[in-house]
Amino acid sequence: MSGNILEQSCPIPKSDYEHILLAHGGGGKLTQQLIDKIFYPLLGNEILARGHDGATLTTSGVKLAFTTDSFVVDPIFFPGGNIGDLAVNGTVNDLVCCGAIPKFISLAFILEEGLPIEDLWEIVKSIRHAADKSGVKVVTGDTKVVGKGKGDRIFINTSGIGEVIEGTNIGPEQCSPGDVIIINGSIADHGIAIMSKREGFSFETTIESDTASLNEMVTEVLNKYKSVHVLRDPTRGGLASALNEISNSSKTGITLYEDKIGISESVRGACEIMGFDPLYIANEGKILMILPEKDAPGVLDILRTHREGKEAAIIGYVTEEDPGFVKLRTTIGSSRIVDMITGEQLPRIC
Amino acid sequence: MKHIDEYRDKTLVDNLIRKIESEVSRPWTIMEICGGQTHAIMKYNLLDLLPREITMVHGPGCPVCVTPIELIEKALILSRRENTILASFGDMLRVPGSTTDLLSTKALGGNVQMVYSPLDAVQLAIDHPHMQVVFFAVGFETTAPAVALAVSQANIRKIDNFSILVAHVLVPPAIQALLSAPQNRIDGFLAAGHVCTVMGYEQYIPIAEKYKTPMVVTGFEPVDILFGIQKTVHMLESGVVGVENAYPRSVKKEGNLPAQALLKEIFEIGDRNWRGIGPIPGSGYHLREKYRRFNADLLFDLQGIEAEEPAICIAGEILTGNKKPFECSAFGTLCKPEKPLGAPMVSSEGACAAYFKYSITEKN
Repeated sequence: MSGNILEQSCPIPKSDYEHILLAHGGGGKLTQQLIDKIFYPLLGNEILARGHDGATLTTSGVKLAFTTDSFVVDPIFFPGGNIGDLAVNGTVNDLVCCGAIPKFISLAFILEEGLPIEDLWEIVKSIRHAADKSGVKVVTGDTKVVGKGKGDRIFINTSGIGEVIEGTNIGPEQCSPGDVIIINGSIADHGIAIMSKREGFSFETTIESDTASLNEMVTEVLNKYKSVHVLRDPTRGGLASALNEISNSSKTGITLYEDKIGISESVRGACEIMGFDPLYIANEGKILMILPEKDAPGVLDILRTHREGKEAAIIGYVTEEDPGFVKLRTTIGSSRIVDMITGEQLPRIC
Repeated sequence: MKHIDEYRDKTLVDNLIRKIESEVSRPWTIMEICGGQTHAIMKYNLLDLLPREITMVHGPGCPVCVTPIELIEKALILSRRENTILASFGDMLRVPGSTTDLLSTKALGGNVQMVYSPLDAVQLAIDHPHMQVVFFAVGFETTAPAVALAVSQANIRKIDNFSILVAHVLVPPAIQALLSAPQNRIDGFLAAGHVCTVMGYEQYIPIAEKYKTPMVVTGFEPVDILFGIQKTVHMLESGVVGVENAYPRSVKKEGNLPAQALLKEIFEIGDRNWRGIGPIPGSGYHLREKYRRFNADLLFDLQGIEAEEPAICIAGEILTGNKKPFECSAFGTLCKPEKPLGAPMVSSEGACAAYFKYSITEKN
């Protein structure tokens, strides 16, 4: 085999998958396989290698955070939001996870022939509203239209730039044994809201997406507590996948307490019916904060003064034992591992 | 959440464990039939709480795991057929055939639709009158009534572009096959609560008596499962043979009579090949002659299609409880959920998937 990576053949064995499956975009093991086997080897550098939600760059003495994201959600309008505010909030939150104050974002639209202009208007209105709320400016953009059947109404790609808050050093590698894991509220609302709408399920109460920008709340924490080690928004693949990534890259263990993880009654009910594990369901307004235990009470106090953090709680600890594994202490007192998701969760038969 | 939390209650769990500990005097091997129970056992790591005298072995009650590979090949052929929609429960989509699975076929343009109910497949047929819609009818007695209802509805509404590829299997003949095998080491059974909700448990009584093996109808939450185990241990320790019901909130002795009547109307019982296990006499549902126009096997000339299992997969040993997933040389190495060799590694009711997902100590 040649020493030059560009002359090598694809390192993912053909016996695994010859083609991209939906699961390659699910945020789990198959996504990680693409990153590890294709993107890192071909494109890797010391910044990309940090494996964070965004890149932290220093240019002319200014520390910036830079991120990109694409939004392909179906349905494009869902309880609690639409693809427009989701795109802004998602990008803002990725910057927040770098310890930055979001400043500027770009938007690139890929529109499918036949999309009602009225829908685009509604989506862009939501973008404006979400951008104003987060204090970011949309400073550049692009529009492309593809033929009928070549897209799915509207896809949005974004990038975002933020200014890293001085004195912070956020990254999964900072995670240390003894740290606490805090989340700002209940999990799985977004994924279940989307799935319920997509599949036409209705429950007693409408389950709404938790899509929200978290910059105001997190900035307040970071202004006071520079000791925060990791920030991560548990989006695709849910809480379980986000914590597995952190545990893997920091070579620490993580222990979660099932009874501390908030899940709304209606989401729990939906998960029971559909056979889904809420630990793997996407969130769009949640953030995991990993920090020294001594600072937890102060951080929780700040979080709970914000609408998005009212139900903030400590859900687990970072440990020295079982590095690379996430363990769950169940409600009945036993302990098991929480693995990274393999593909899409598929409803069970009975 | 009401009707869930009380069956995941730590105090009740602790009490049941104490009761089992106080009653057990020697080693017992108990098999839970249903893959849903296997996953609950692993998800709550009940093995950690049970006394060491109790060995749980995992049974063949994973519907997609026992669906014979030749039927998956047929489903794959249908998914690639022009003007045809192959409708299936989600859990079937990742199950490997001899070379590929339905999700991969879908990625290459195969027309595979995931549905939550067989009636959704009937609706698909109504919505796509120029397409043939075939429902992949997989599952035990639990799912069979919904399929029977779909056929009945399609018949009444004279829908001529709907058919089913039948893979339904029955539990009691499988239990008989396990108990009559020379290597059988099962002392007691946890019978599957959902199957018994439909079928009742009268038909288990002669089997329990013939093989002198107690059976306890058991639910799916931790308290349900431990209650089932506690009852089984009690029966074993006191030498009682028979069938008891530890899931009375769902199961009646006679079962769901209207569902059984519908099953009898649509299906007849015949032999069925079980993946990894082989043919078991009288263990499958087949469409009755008068409903043959809904039989995809006949409609699309699929009879005679065969396929081979990967030699390395020991799914049969796993599904009959003879081996644990860790005892397979491919477990966690050649066979992982992202690239399974056999169905038990991929199904949400498969034993290998449960061990891989929830267990730390013996995984690579």
